Amino acid sequence: MQKGNIMEINLQDNRLKTNLCGIDIDNPIIPASGTFGYGYEFAKIYDINCLGTFSIKGTTLYPRYGNPLPRIAESPSGILNSVGLQNPGIDKVLNHELRELEKVFNKKVIANVSGFSISEYVNVCEMLNDEDMIGWIELNISCPNVHGGGMSFGTSPELAGEVTASVRKVTSKPLILKLSPNVTDIKEIAKSCESNGADAISLINTLLGMRIDLKSRKPILKNRTGGISGPAVFPLALRMVYDAYEAVKIPVVGMGGISSARDVIEMMLAGARAVEIGSANLINPYASKEIIDELPALMDEMKINNIEEIIGGAHE
Amino acid sequence: MKKVLFKIKENIEIAENIFKMVLSGDTEEINKAGQFIDLKLSNYYLRRPISVSDFDDNSVTIVYKVLGKGTKFMTMLPRGHMIDALTGLGNGFDESKSGPSPLLIGGGVGIPPLLKLAKMFNEINVNPSIALGFNSEKDAFYIDEFKELSSKVLVASVDGSIGVNGFVTDVCEALIPSSFVYTCGPLSMLKSVYSFCEKYDIDGEFSFEERMGCGFGACMGCSTEARELDAQGEPTGKYISKRICKEGPVLCRKEILWK
Repeated sequence: MQKGNIMEINLQDNRLKTNLCGIDIDNPIIPASGTFGYGYEFAKIYDINCLGTFSIKGTTLYPRYGNPLPRIAESPSGILNSVGLQNPGIDKVLNHELRELEKVFNKKVIANVSGFSISEYVNVCEMLNDEDMIGWIELNISCPNVHGGGMSFGTSPELAGEVTASVRKVTSKPLILKLSPNVTDIKEIAKSCESNGADAISLINTLLGMRIDLKSRKPILKNRTGGISGPAVFPLALRMVYDAYEAVKIPVVGMGGISSARDVIEMMLAGARAVEIGSANLINPYASKEIIDELPALMDEMKINNIEEIIGGAHE
Repeated sequence: MKKVLFKIKENIEIAENIFKMVLSGDTEEINKAGQFIDLKLSNYYLRRPISVSDFDDNSVTIVYKVLGKGTKFMTMLPRGHMIDALTGLGNGFDESKSGPSPLLIGGGVGIPPLLKLAKMFNEINVNPSIALGFNSEKDAFYIDEFKELSSKVLVASVDGSIGVNGFVTDVCEALIPSSFVYTCGPLSMLKSVYSFCEKYDIDGEFSFEERMGCGFGACMGCSTEARELDAQGEPTGKYISKRICKEGPVLCRKEILWK
């Protein structure tokens, strides 16, 4: 059978359907922010309407070129990046990127928003209010590659709560807080987001790391450090999703090194309601689609009638 | 972009630690000199972007230098082995800008993409001048191949063991006047070529190398700041972001911002 036919069957496969913060999605597979651009590049190689949804490249109030090159390094089963929130700014995202996207994608997307101050998060989210393409807002309070913003909000329960509460006041769209693994207690941060009005949490963002070039004896990344992602971080991500699931009642979106349908099932057993696929898209541009294609057969094999029934199944 | 499973037809050392690999398979999306393919090696997470040095309807040739464990691993892949690659990546050179007397300047493993470019010029009866730079004779390759395509090939080597003793830009002056420059090589060489172009007021295209995440424009890992050009190719005074893997690796001389 042709792959195209399999995809059409999956679109109608009710067993994969789930719901994220009140919005129905056809399946729980969501390409992660920063690994899928604004989608339309991937739409050239497959029909991205097969996805549950996806999270757009992290958006800030003003355009950003990001950090100096080089900003990519390799590690065993992983990638380090120090891109640093390169994006064209919210105006261009609304006026250009989403207009290109709507030509090829007929579902709502997740707007991933970042900022250097609480007012920046608030301003950007206010501007998204009237945008119908945006179903959810994912607040990135966990970027390890910028200073004076990003991760500093995500490593303190107080600041994480303050950002959540401030944005909650200006938007009625479902609010997902994207959390950093670079913390001592993920549960405290997750609870603070929940009690301040978050509709869901997503985790993990990348882990802070570095590589040194043996020839130059200097860091490979010009920014010195970067965020690690890829299969190398999967067990750690799984553990944090498991912990976060026990700490909050709101949905948990799991991510970190997911590369196969088996990883998806494992992450959902740990407590994820949906999953984001990140680095895998960069290594294999068809990764997210292939995972969706593989899920029904794996569910048959595991005698899973409905994907939702396994959420948190690994807990007592 | 197209994901293709290639079969290795040939994988041989052509100079010290420099290998030529010929792959057979679908080359539909490869259509310009200066494009690259992105190879997936088992045991290595990131793909390896390597420029195309030649291609036809059913095969593609790459030349690579052993720089680390990944490229060392590549040297051990036998004939008949299958290898997954993303093809048709990068913008490639625009041969329509050449004018009557283009000058191709290559250094080390920056030389391979210029071979296909020289072949394309041959097919349209344009005779390019060629300047090739190497560190030493033991690193030299493709000199004879270029001599078959051009009557004006000059070689330089840093240690003087082959050709003129010096850098590749030291032989470029003997090859002007030129209508346009196409160049690929190490960053320091590109900067020297840039100065050469400015001095003689020659426009050109420069192919850059950068550490890449995906190779097809998704991760922004290789984006750099560049000057925006208008429809006539002149700077507008504004700056834009260019992905080396997508809007590059070839940049016009006037859009380059050295940092």
